[in-house]
Amino acid sequence: MNALKSGGCQLLLQGNEAIVEGAIAAGCRFFAGYPITPATEISEVMSYRLPAVDGTFIQMEDEIASMGAIVGASLAGAKSMTATSGPGFSLMQENLGFACIAEVPCVIVNVMRGGPSTGIPTQVSQGDVMQTRWGTHGDHPIIVLSVSTTQDCFSITVKAFNLAEKYRTPVIILADEVVAHTREKIFLPHPGEVEVIDRIRPNMPPDWYIPYEDTSRGVPPMAAFGEGYRYHVTGLVHDSRGFPTQRPDEVKGLMSRLFRKINQHFFDIQMVEEEATEDAEVLTVAYGSVARSARRATREARARGIKAGMIQLVTLWPFPRQVVEPMLRKVRAVLVPELNVGQVSREVKRVNQGVTRVETLNRIDGNLITPEEILSRLLKI
Amino acid sequence: MAEVTKLIHKYLRHHKKFPHVWCPGCGNGILLGALIRAIDRTRLEKDEIVIVSGIGCSGRLSVYVDFNTLHTTHGRALTFATGVKLANPKLHVIVIMGDGDATAIGGNHFIHAARRNLNLTAIVINNSIYGMTGGQYSPTTPYGSLATTSLYGNIEQAFSIAELAAMAGASMVSRGTVYHTKLLDDLIEKAIQKRGFSVVEVISHCHTQYGRRNKMGNAADMLLWQKNSAVRMEKARTLSHEEMKDKFSIGVLVDRDLPVYTEEYGKVKEMAKKAMTQMR
Amino acid sequence: MDSNRYEIRISGSGGQGIIISGIILAEAAGIYDGKYVCQTQSYGPEARGGSSRAEVVVSDDPIDYPKAMKPDLLLAMNQKACDTYIFDLKPGGILMVNSTLVKQLPTTRAIAIPFTQMARERTGKEMIANIIALGALASLTGVVSLRSLEAAVLSRVPKGTEELNKKALEAGIEAARGITDKSEEIGMEFYENIADE
Repeated sequence: MNALKSGGCQLLLQGNEAIVEGAIAAGCRFFAGYPITPATEISEVMSYRLPAVDGTFIQMEDEIASMGAIVGASLAGAKSMTATSGPGFSLMQENLGFACIAEVPCVIVNVMRGGPSTGIPTQVSQGDVMQTRWGTHGDHPIIVLSVSTTQDCFSITVKAFNLAEKYRTPVIILADEVVAHTREKIFLPHPGEVEVIDRIRPNMPPDWYIPYEDTSRGVPPMAAFGEGYRYHVTGLVHDSRGFPTQRPDEVKGLMSRLFRKINQHFFDIQMVEEEATEDAEVLTVAYGSVARSARRATREARARGIKAGMIQLVTLWPFPRQVVEPMLRKVRAVLVPELNVGQVSREVKRVNQGVTRVETLNRIDGNLITPEEILSRLLKI
Repeated sequence: MAEVTKLIHKYLRHHKKFPHVWCPGCGNGILLGALIRAIDRTRLEKDEIVIVSGIGCSGRLSVYVDFNTLHTTHGRALTFATGVKLANPKLHVIVIMGDGDATAIGGNHFIHAARRNLNLTAIVINNSIYGMTGGQYSPTTPYGSLATTSLYGNIEQAFSIAELAAMAGASMVSRGTVYHTKLLDDLIEKAIQKRGFSVVEVISHCHTQYGRRNKMGNAADMLLWQKNSAVRMEKARTLSHEEMKDKFSIGVLVDRDLPVYTEEYGKVKEMAKKAMTQMR
Repeated sequence: MDSNRYEIRISGSGGQGIIISGIILAEAAGIYDGKYVCQTQSYGPEARGGSSRAEVVVSDDPIDYPKAMKPDLLLAMNQKACDTYIFDLKPGGILMVNSTLVKQLPTTRAIAIPFTQMARERTGKEMIANIIALGALASLTGVVSLRSLEAAVLSRVPKGTEELNKKALEAGIEAARGITDKSEEIGMEFYENIADE
């Protein structure tokens, strides 16, 4: 019940609870979800927090429906979110693609657990990194942010909503069982102190409104249903007015703009945190709960005289190549610890182009990689 | 004629999106006409109306009408509509689906939307076949019928969409045909006006994919079949099971007042706000 | 590095209030004492029964790795928990056991207090054993102040049970004091026998 006392205070919260606080601070007023471990607490807290701020919570019949509902709510003008874990995230891929092509802002939280299939519901994993990138069919850009502390769960969730609104795109928050269930003291700012970005609304008469018009930012203004701008929204490839098209120039125009609107704002979207990288000779690249182990291992390695550094990827997709690449050139060796058989390490290797030695440290037994495991590798590398 | 032209100009994206994709003689056009006539009678503003459709021939209907229109994914129209309605309960949300759309891939969403009794209008156009993909059997294809995926006759039993909706808890359920257009206008108007989840099952025909393969003739022959097979609800209730064999009832099947989701949720909001102030 | 990092593992069976004990401890140290805390837990699919484990890391500095690596203190509320986790304990760490349910002690250095029995005798409610244990734990280690612990307990327990819980805390504090006083006289290895008297 402590989660209720939000606003300029210190609280002991679980990551899942902090995600709810972040969402509400960012202006989220609609949540649709389906119970699933280890994301269920998000639904539970939303169910009493949202109606108290005039928002709406609904428990849908499945995750397909949850994803559809948040897209519908966003089109009607509400900032919306859903939360799930692997099996549910798989079901969401279909309508996630709809949000991509129809450019509907929304936030999807995936609290990763072990997979595939039902997998290990109560244990931690990072197996869905590639699914967040390529899970829905067809070429599409996507923004994926990872969280590693309870404080992140608050602030990155705010950031996720801001990016979704700014670029009219679904944003996925990739959490994991450890982050979601760890209770930490966090500082909740006063609502007025949180930077909140809202989608750009059309400011022209309805007759002038072209719902999918290309703009210099690549992001067209978005009208809510019922505001007088009657337009068509579809999952089909569409022209600038939103109507289905098969004209190659219009198809290419839409697809190119979808990518361009993310790519040209790359520096606004990419977020990484660095630890002792200035003179680092060995570098750890980590994200999510593993970044916490990596941070400790880096400090311990330093204490033993090894010039270790780390970068924590907050933005996973688009992959923060512009930050990672120069760093790879500066160091002797790179270690990528992750709770899968190598997903982000593939991306690091791709960016690296074989120049620097890249090693992986993988754990797939349902437990978090420990600082000692990383340290022992850093000592040998 | 003048009246029709007026409606066309008022409600259709006539200068943008025509000609439509439907075959000549398709029942979807008749339903489109009934829909705009019914909406016109309700005197609702165009801005207040959201048309949500799924995938299939019926799904294309949303392109042609000048409302807030949302053409969703296959089977999921009701889930999007749920979000639209809950985010802005003032909007009148009308959902257009086909038989495969609503009761196969979207069957779960359909029964749960009815159970929840959200204030939505669901129109299910039932032509007993997957038309757009080329004539595969659907959950409403009659036993024994031929389809491109049942070359030896369909061995599955058909759903009755209206009865399914009634059992699932919809406030209002009716069935019409594209032959009985005046009745269809009335049923759709009533459904839009009804508080709670209302379903109109519209019996239609796909002469291209179903009629041709099952020797039911052209569009006109199939409309005649509808005329001859439909029995008014009042009369149907007096007939035996045997007498109703190969026939179906039309009219209002269910009309009842049940707690409406949006109103119930309003109470939840009040309670949550009160609990919050007590907490502070 | 964070030399003041202190790791606690509380373990027992589902229904013994293991997780809530962890939360209370974390809230006392983090919110009321103003330290950095991380509280984690592991759990199986069962709602009742099965084994349950909570961990609390307390530090003056921000906490990187959120779980216990080598617990400074292990509180074992039943035999299985004691048998399973004794090997993880930091050399020189404290083993505190619920001697009502832990009959076979792995070491004579264990601090054995019959929490369940005390709960039954003093409050009539076995389920309050965890609060008694928290009182003892705080008193013995000083990882949280007693005032903060009491505040955290009272903010988390159901209304109407405040007095009962206060009594339980005091019982735990008292039991631990008895041990520390006597241990000064006779040495660490006799802890468990004294507490059982």
